[in-house]
Amino acid sequence: MAITEAPKIITSRIGYEDSYTLERYLATGGYEGLRKALTMTPEAVAHEVDTASLLGRGGAGFPAGRKWALLGKKPVTYLAINGDESEPATFKDHLLIERDPHQIIEGVLISAYALQVTQAFIYLRGEFALGLERLQAALNEAYAHGAVGADIFGSGFSLDVVVHPGAGAYICGEETALLESLEGKRGFPRIKPPFFPASIGLYGAPTVVNNVETMANIPWIINNGGAAFAALGEGRSTGTRLFALAGHVHNPGVYEIEMVKTTFRDLIYAPVLGGGITGGNALKAFIPGGVSAPWFGPDQVDLPLGQDEVGNAGSMLGSGSVVVMDSSTCVVRAAWRITKFFSRESCGQCTPCREGSGWLERIMYRIENGAGREEDLDLLMDLCDNISPGVAWPPQQTTICVLGPSIPSSIASAIRMFRDEFLVHVKEGGCPFA
Amino acid sequence: MPDSGSSPDPEQISLTIDGRAVSAKPGELLIAAAERSGTYIPRFCYHPRMEPVGMCRMCLVEVDGPRGATLQPSCFIAVADGMVVDTTSDKVKKAQDGVLEFLLANHPLDCPVCDKGGECPLQDQTLAHGPGESRFIEEKRHFEKPIAISDLVLLDRERCIQCARCTRFASDVAGEAQIDFAGRGENVEVATFPTEPFSSYFSGNTVQICPVGALTATPYRFTARPWDLDQVESTCTTCSVGCRVAVQSSSNRLTRLLGIDSEPVNHGWLCDKGRFAFESVNGDEVDASPGEKALADEAVDVVPATASQVVSLGASRGQFLGEAHETGRFEHGRLIEPQIRKNGELVAASWGEALAAAAAGLTKAKEATGPGAVAVIGGARLTNESAYAWAKLAKGVIGTDSVDAQLGDGLPADLVLGLPRATIDAAAAAPVLITLAGDLREELPVLFLRLREAVLGATTLIELVGAPTALTRLSTASLALRPGEAPVVARALTGDAAAATALAAHPEGSAVDGDVLATARQVLAAHPGGEGVVIVLGRPSYAESGEVVAEAARVLARALPQATFLPALRRGNVFGALDMGLAPGLLPGRVDLESGREWFTAAWGSVPKSPGLDTAAILASMAGESATPAGTTPAGATPAGATPAVTSLILLGADPLSDFPDRAVAEQALSAGHFVVAVTGHPSESVSSYADVVLPCAVAHERPGTTTNIEGRVSRLGQKLTAPGFAWPDWMIAAELAAALGTDLGVSSANDLADELHLTAPAYFGLTSAVLHSDAAHDGILVPIVAGAPASAAVEPIDPIALPGVESVERQGAPPRSGSAGGDGSVRARIAALGAPPALISGIPAPDTEGAHVAPANSYALRLVAPRRLYDAGSSVTGSPSLTPLVPPLVARANPYDLDRLGAATGDRVRVRSDRGELVLPAEADSGVPRGAVSIDFNVPVGPGTPGNAVATLVDSRNPVTEVRLESV
Repeated sequence: MAITEAPKIITSRIGYEDSYTLERYLATGGYEGLRKALTMTPEAVAHEVDTASLLGRGGAGFPAGRKWALLGKKPVTYLAINGDESEPATFKDHLLIERDPHQIIEGVLISAYALQVTQAFIYLRGEFALGLERLQAALNEAYAHGAVGADIFGSGFSLDVVVHPGAGAYICGEETALLESLEGKRGFPRIKPPFFPASIGLYGAPTVVNNVETMANIPWIINNGGAAFAALGEGRSTGTRLFALAGHVHNPGVYEIEMVKTTFRDLIYAPVLGGGITGGNALKAFIPGGVSAPWFGPDQVDLPLGQDEVGNAGSMLGSGSVVVMDSSTCVVRAAWRITKFFSRESCGQCTPCREGSGWLERIMYRIENGAGREEDLDLLMDLCDNISPGVAWPPQQTTICVLGPSIPSSIASAIRMFRDEFLVHVKEGGCPFA
Repeated sequence: MPDSGSSPDPEQISLTIDGRAVSAKPGELLIAAAERSGTYIPRFCYHPRMEPVGMCRMCLVEVDGPRGATLQPSCFIAVADGMVVDTTSDKVKKAQDGVLEFLLANHPLDCPVCDKGGECPLQDQTLAHGPGESRFIEEKRHFEKPIAISDLVLLDRERCIQCARCTRFASDVAGEAQIDFAGRGENVEVATFPTEPFSSYFSGNTVQICPVGALTATPYRFTARPWDLDQVESTCTTCSVGCRVAVQSSSNRLTRLLGIDSEPVNHGWLCDKGRFAFESVNGDEVDASPGEKALADEAVDVVPATASQVVSLGASRGQFLGEAHETGRFEHGRLIEPQIRKNGELVAASWGEALAAAAAGLTKAKEATGPGAVAVIGGARLTNESAYAWAKLAKGVIGTDSVDAQLGDGLPADLVLGLPRATIDAAAAAPVLITLAGDLREELPVLFLRLREAVLGATTLIELVGAPTALTRLSTASLALRPGEAPVVARALTGDAAAATALAAHPEGSAVDGDVLATARQVLAAHPGGEGVVIVLGRPSYAESGEVVAEAARVLARALPQATFLPALRRGNVFGALDMGLAPGLLPGRVDLESGREWFTAAWGSVPKSPGLDTAAILASMAGESATPAGTTPAGATPAGATPAVTSLILLGADPLSDFPDRAVAEQALSAGHFVVAVTGHPSESVSSYADVVLPCAVAHERPGTTTNIEGRVSRLGQKLTAPGFAWPDWMIAAELAAALGTDLGVSSANDLADELHLTAPAYFGLTSAVLHSDAAHDGILVPIVAGAPASAAVEPIDPIALPGVESVERQGAPPRSGSAGGDGSVRARIAALGAPPALISGIPAPDTEGAHVAPANSYALRLVAPRRLYDAGSSVTGSPSLTPLVPPLVARANPYDLDRLGAATGDRVRVRSDRGELVLPAEADSGVPRGAVSIDFNVPVGPGTPGNAVATLVDSRNPVTEVRLESV
């Protein structure tokens, strides 16, 4: 059994009914990390985060400390927190926002102090109605408590935080589209180079963009020290991480797991975690890190939940979403459904994604519904190649942002792993699972 | 690999493109650097005159980087020293082919019925690089098509490839983000806002730069196929900016004008008036064809035009046309044969009869009281060559100096020509720009675009304006002028404390905010002597005397001696006309009558003895009115008695009843029974009601020649059409009329005139045919030609993706002639003996009087402001069916404070009454109008059956400002 005894770093509070209130937060050690940080120098705070080797939890997995250090040489103007979690089967931030908003706010405060930023924004997915209500209420409480605003806890440090709801576009979770949206514009991602947020960010000023879960880890790191965090996990993947488990498992849900020490098999089958596949079916495939990620088959179920481990195997931990597909799953339909999501959510800015996603979706739909041709498989792969040259992982792209190369992942995985199933669809003129 | 990191020239860096070493300017976009070095990277969304967006992904190339070669959009990344670029690798080719295929996935293949077919960048690239067959077998995306997004522009969303050229133009170049993307994914569409129509004056540019047939303009839509079009390059003369255009026609009808990218002038852009007013040359009927009408009706559903707009337009033109049709023979609104008035009716005549009648009438007047009995009004519509011919006829043959190309809507000619002149580029690069003019977006739209770009950049703008303009929001200081106050505000701006006090003496207090004035003075303080300051000088209002503005200009010129001026007079070739001497006291080539007397006597035989009258004085003289009421003297007038009364008038394309700000004077002058000869291409009220002889002339695009813009830039006019019927070019009419008067004008072609012109007109010395047709003349030639001035840049080949539809080859009417420009050998011989030519006018002329005496305002009267709008009742708009619906309804704008005092609100009808007349108009509260003023647009009728220039019925040109009373009805 590889389920570790690691402490719950960011989900320690969610068992309480009133976990989202200031009262509960303070009763469980809330804002102690902030008080402690305010007694330290900003550099020392940043150093602790760097020591923790906290990888960004948004998807790309870039070390938060390094991200901050990139900006160390010049003053950062804004801190923007990405709470626009919108991918299918990804719901870990959702839990943190609704169940422990103060923890996020405290992380923002400590990070802002480390960066010496006086204005932060939390960009929240517009559909998170309850999350928005609780986060805003928590922020109001925190202001009243003196934890946010002018002269925080008498330290002389001041920070204003604004919660900004999105308007229903997945693309605004892309950090530069998020900044455009925050500026009141259409959520079109910016072209990098030169628009790296660290150099040209919000309103053209240097900006740090971090994920909600990343922020939630910060108070624990300050309270317990970066070294304690780094002692958990293995290699580059330190600490614990939230995984949103979905699909054909008995116990779908969000689990906080020590990194690397646990395998996908543990996550899917351990009775205290996924509890095994429903209906006693066999595992057919699983998506290790959200619908942008290439799929894995049963042969990779013993891979540990570590950033590099999954990366080296040709996919990513990405957004922390693990989707399990059992033997009753039609992979054509599954891939089509994911492609349809991307087609709907393509912002429409650049050609390969705008036109390619719709075209791919139409072909997948056609195959699933019995009008497929054998040559469609080559066509699909070639179109994927025109969006993401080489159709490999990590991907190359002809598009402005990474939404483009996210589209081919499921199609290419499905074709590569289950070509025969596609051919059955073609030959039988329809879906064998229907 | 080039030796990276150590380029010898700090202004140049080196990179490698496809294995070739290339040098580039730091910061230059890779796509531009590659193009300059001969590597054309395909593109759709990139446009050299707009910021890149990197959206279409067609220009992906491989660029070496720290993580190996990656695909990068060459339109978006700047060159870097040592950069290694591959534009032809298999990976690049695959990516570009992929993008092209993606673009075609949802693009309808309706090229045979698409207006863009034949000149379509998407079609061309597909033909060159695309696959022969589509792999896309699915149903394409569908939209309702087309939809009208403005009165002039239709959108077919199915054809759109989402390149953002149109939306970028609207927001970035025109500054009016009235169209933007809506929807997402493949359903992204260009859309208007529900509450705001796409009413930009520059909408036609979005059609021109659309790389597919998504945007079409109603005047061209379905009228031609590109391969049937024939093109010449020319210069737009709808206003005086001098935008370069490609004029395209089919079967001797103009079909389309496209902007050509002229670096010093228009950057490829045109205004909609310049672009679409060609309809008035064709003489299209007001009613659109049934098909277009249906579309127009659709348009109303989508972007409703107000009912009042529709009424005020067509109806007013119908009225004029109706009169014209009753009294003379016109073809499609164009005059096609000479006419003579017999028994009160204009009847057709031969050229011989008409010229004889004209000569007889003029001779009779001249013999009775001398050459001063003949006057000439107009000429700003003429080519330089024709203007020269008419100047020679009027001043050299007839002997009158009462010649004026301006119609009381300009500025004293000697001032305009004498002030140190700035170029548009100089204005756009000036650290400080002062505008003393109307709204430039209304008067000189493309100049507005150039200056807007400058003010968005490093230029600081100080405005002296009668009402907020399109530049006001970008200005550092906007100083509000009430009528008559310009000189005082100019004094206050340049440091005269007493002037600021004088402004405050107005019963309603100073219209100029004290803080704003202080800010403006601070700006000028950093530029002592006006160094680096460019002043745009126009007419904020046509209801006040030009002398008011002239006085303000003199104040600025004296206080800022190093400042230069960009005069903003609006009429097409008004600068050419003034340069050719079509103004009292002037002779061709920017010399005044006295200093040029000897020279032109040698060249022409004789010149007028003394300065003549300007338009105001000519009309006053004809009307029998004293031109000089107590205390005022119109500019250019001479002491009473020196000039005999004017008893015969030649109208050179002028319509004093509409053009002159004071209709009462014009009406009295024309109706006094004097002999009137009209040279015109279009019907007008003055001509149909009062002309005794009508001589039909060729108009724009029907004659070759040159024109001179606001900068003094001479550029060529291409002839695309043969003039209809028996219409002649203006110079030929001058030559034949001279012959009928018994004198040989010494010219038998436009080329003769061009040759004589560059020998006799000092400012135009050296402007030979060879120079005008040289490569260096592509963007025109600034006169006077300064020896050693840098030649303009070499002609860049036209990128068909940047300017679809513009043929890359310049085809000009007249090819350069071999041999030296000879001209009239006798002229050359006569002036050669004189040696030194006369000096050009320069400096600030003294005012003819003590300046305009503006009586102090009283608290009972309001002062009338009459600004010009782009779309008015001028013949280019009323003759163009597409533009007539765009004339705004006439209203009386006043400060809410003044309307409140009257108990009126927006929409209420009010009576505006002056000593001259009265108008009943809907009121409009506008806090931009200063208290104590009321603003009524110039040259717009109230409605059907009323004078085209309604406000002119109120203006009293005997006074520098017109006082009006506002009454409730």
